[in-house]
Amino acid sequence: MRIDQYRREILLFSLVGLAIVAIVAFFGQAYTLRMLAEAACYAILALGLTLQWGYAGLFNAGGMGFVAIGGFITMVVAFPVNDAFWGSEGAKALGFFLIEVAVIVLAVVGLTQIHRIGIRGKLKAVCVMVGLAAAFLFFNNELAPVAKLIETESGFIGGLGLPVLLGWILGGLAAAFVAYWIGKACLGLRADYLAIATLGIAEIIKAILKNADWLTRGTLTVSPLPWPVPTPNDIGFVAARSAYLALTAIMVAVIFVLLQRAYRAPWGRMMRAIRDNEVSAAAMGKDINLRRLQIFVLGSGLIGFGGAALISFARIFDPSGFTPLKHTFLVWVMVLVGGAGNNLGAIFGAVAVYIIWLMGEPVALLLFESVRELGSLWFDWEAPADLMTRALQARVFFVGLTITLALRFVPRGLIPERLNKIS
Amino acid sequence: MNELIFFVNKVLISGTIIGCIYALGAIGVTLVFGILRFANFSHADMMTVGAYIAFIFASLMPGAGALIGLPTGFVVLPLAIICLAAFAIVVDRLFYRPLRERKVRPVMLLVASLGVTLMLHGLVRLFAGTSPRSFFQDEKKDVFRFDVPFELASRDIVISEPQVLLIITSIVCIFALHWFLTHTKLGKAMRAMSDNADLALVSGINTEKIVRATWIIAGSLAAVAGTLLSLDVVLKPDLSFNLLLPIFAAAIVGGIGRPYGAIAGGLLVGFSETLAIFNWSILLRPSAEFLPEWIDIPARMAFVPTEYKIIVPFVILIAVLIWRPTGIFKGQVL
Repeated sequence: MRIDQYRREILLFSLVGLAIVAIVAFFGQAYTLRMLAEAACYAILALGLTLQWGYAGLFNAGGMGFVAIGGFITMVVAFPVNDAFWGSEGAKALGFFLIEVAVIVLAVVGLTQIHRIGIRGKLKAVCVMVGLAAAFLFFNNELAPVAKLIETESGFIGGLGLPVLLGWILGGLAAAFVAYWIGKACLGLRADYLAIATLGIAEIIKAILKNADWLTRGTLTVSPLPWPVPTPNDIGFVAARSAYLALTAIMVAVIFVLLQRAYRAPWGRMMRAIRDNEVSAAAMGKDINLRRLQIFVLGSGLIGFGGAALISFARIFDPSGFTPLKHTFLVWVMVLVGGAGNNLGAIFGAVAVYIIWLMGEPVALLLFESVRELGSLWFDWEAPADLMTRALQARVFFVGLTITLALRFVPRGLIPERLNKIS
Repeated sequence: MNELIFFVNKVLISGTIIGCIYALGAIGVTLVFGILRFANFSHADMMTVGAYIAFIFASLMPGAGALIGLPTGFVVLPLAIICLAAFAIVVDRLFYRPLRERKVRPVMLLVASLGVTLMLHGLVRLFAGTSPRSFFQDEKKDVFRFDVPFELASRDIVISEPQVLLIITSIVCIFALHWFLTHTKLGKAMRAMSDNADLALVSGINTEKIVRATWIIAGSLAAVAGTLLSLDVVLKPDLSFNLLLPIFAAAIVGGIGRPYGAIAGGLLVGFSETLAIFNWSILLRPSAEFLPEWIDIPARMAFVPTEYKIIVPFVILIAVLIWRPTGIFKGQVL
C-alpha cells in the first residue's frame, strides 16, 4: 500500500518534470521560469486552501479577495513614495480624516459596550445598528472630498517605499484580519454560509479596490511593482526570474515543512477529528468554532501572502485583473486534483494544473483555428469574428469540467491524503 | 411633485422589478437548499442559460410576438421553461446524482455546483460571445406613461411593457407555486422532505421523484427570471456573480426552505438596494427654500455609491447570519 503510494507520487512528479523539460525545449528558459515562479506562488495559495478545505473542511469561495488584499497591501508598502502627495494639501486632509475615523471607531466600540450601563437586548441591538449606520454615512461623506482632493492634486497616495517582503507579510496579516471577521460571523453555521459570505466579500474587496482611485489608481493600474530580488531591468530576465523562483520555492518549502509538522502534531489530529466528526470532537471538549476560526484565519493569511507574491511577480497592480476564475477557482482545481488534505498533493496540483492552464491557451487557439478551417472547408460555415477570444473564454468550461470530474472519479485527488490505519 | 414622481420611478418601480427577480431566484435557491441541502451556486448561471435559450427561440420565430401583441421574448417563454427544466434534470443526472448516491457530505454538492457554474459560464461565452444582445432589435419596446393629475407634476410615471409583464408573471408564478405546495400530493411531499428528510423517507416518500420535481421548479423559475430580466435590461453573459449574492441573501433572510420567506427576502433585498443607492438630495431639494441659508443640501446624498451596490446584500446577509440565522420566517437551522 505504502510502496504503491510512493511509486504513484514519483510517477506523477516525473511526469510534471518531463512536461517542464518539454516546455523549456519549446518555449525557452525565460518563459519556463516565469511559469514556474507563478506556479510557486500558486502553490502557496493552494497550501492555504488545502489547509482550510483539506484539514478542516471549510469552504472558502473568496480566494480572489484575499489575493487582492495581499497584492494591495504589498503595493502600498513597497511602491516608491509619491512625493507629490506627501507635500500636498491632500496629505493633511487624509491625516485629519484618519483621526476622525479613529474617533468614530472608538465611538462605535464604546457603543457595543452599552450593556454595561444597563441598555441590553433588543434596545442595544437597535442602538448599535443606528450607530453603525450613522458612522458609515459620516465615513462616506467625509471620505469623498478627501479622495477627490488627492485625485486632482497628486493622482494617488503612492506607496511607503518599504521592503517588499515586509509588504508580503503585512499582506498576509491583512488578509487574516479580514478573514477573522468573516469567520466570526459565519463559522458557527454550516459550510454553505461561509462559502456565500466569502464569495461576497471577494466581490466587495474587488469593487472597492477598483473604484477607490485615490488609493489604487483604479483602472489606471500601478506599475512597476518592486521585487524583493533584482528585477529583469537590472540583471536580465533569466537571472531575475531564477532568483524570484528560488525565493518563492524556498518559501513553499518552509511553509510545506511547517504545515506537514502541524498535520502530524496533535493540533492537526484534532483538526481532522473536527472535520470528520464534529459531534464527537465536541464531546471530547474541543472548542469547534474557535478551532475553525483559527484554521480559517491561518489559511486566509497564507492565501494573502501567496497572493502578494503572485501580484508582485506580475509587476502590475490592476484591480480589474482579479478574477474569480484565476484567483479562486483555479486554486480550487489545484487542490481538488492534487488531493485535499495532502500538502504534497497541493504543491503537485498547483504546478501541474498551472502548466495545463498556461498550455491550454495555445492548444485552445490551435483547436479553434482548425475548427474554423474545417468548418469553412466542409460546410461553408462562417465563424464569428471573435472566435479566438471565445476560445480563451471557453477555458472556463474546462476548469468547471475538471472540478466535477475530479469530484466524481478521483474524489480524494491524485495524491490522496494518507490515512494511518490503526489496526 | 416631480421629485416624488422621480422617487416612484426610481425606487418603487425599480425596487419592485429587481425585488421580483431576486424573489424568483431565491425561491429556486431555497427549494434546492431545503431539499438537497446545498447552496446551489449555479442558479444564477442557470438564469443566464434560460435567457439565452429564450433568445434562440425568439430569433427562430421573429414574428411570433406581433401576432399576440406581446414581446416575442415573452411569447417563447414557455418553450424556454420546458428546455431549462429538462436541462436542470440532465445536469442533476450527470453531476449531482452520482455524488448523492455515494452519500457524500452536502458541501461536496456545493463544490460540484461551482463546477457546473463555470461550465455554464464557458458554454454561454463559447456559443454566444461576450457582447450584450437585446430582445428588442426588431421590435419596439412599449412604454406606458401615466400622467399624474396634479398641477405641479409635469413628469409622468414611466413603466415599460417588460416590467409590467415581469410583475404580473412573478405574481402568477408565486400563486401557482403556493397552490402546488399546499394542494398537491407532490408539493406536500416536498414540504415534508424540506422540513424533515428522515421522517419523509420513513413515511415512504419517493426521494428521487421529489428531487426531480425540485429541479423542474428551480429550472422553470430560473428561466422565467432570466428571460424577464434580460427583456427588461439586456442579455449579457456575466449576470451570474452579481446576481448570486443578492439571491442568496434573499433566500437566507427569508429562511432556508421557506418559499414565501424567499419572496419577502427578495423584495427586501431589492428595495434595500434601490433605497441605498437612491440620491436622497432630490427629495430634499424642494424643502431648500424653507431651510435657513446655512444648510446646504449636497448634490449627491446616497447611502452607498452605485458602484458599491453589492455591499448592500452582503451587509443584510451578515446581519441576518449574526442575529437570526434562521431568517425572518424561521427556516431550518442547518
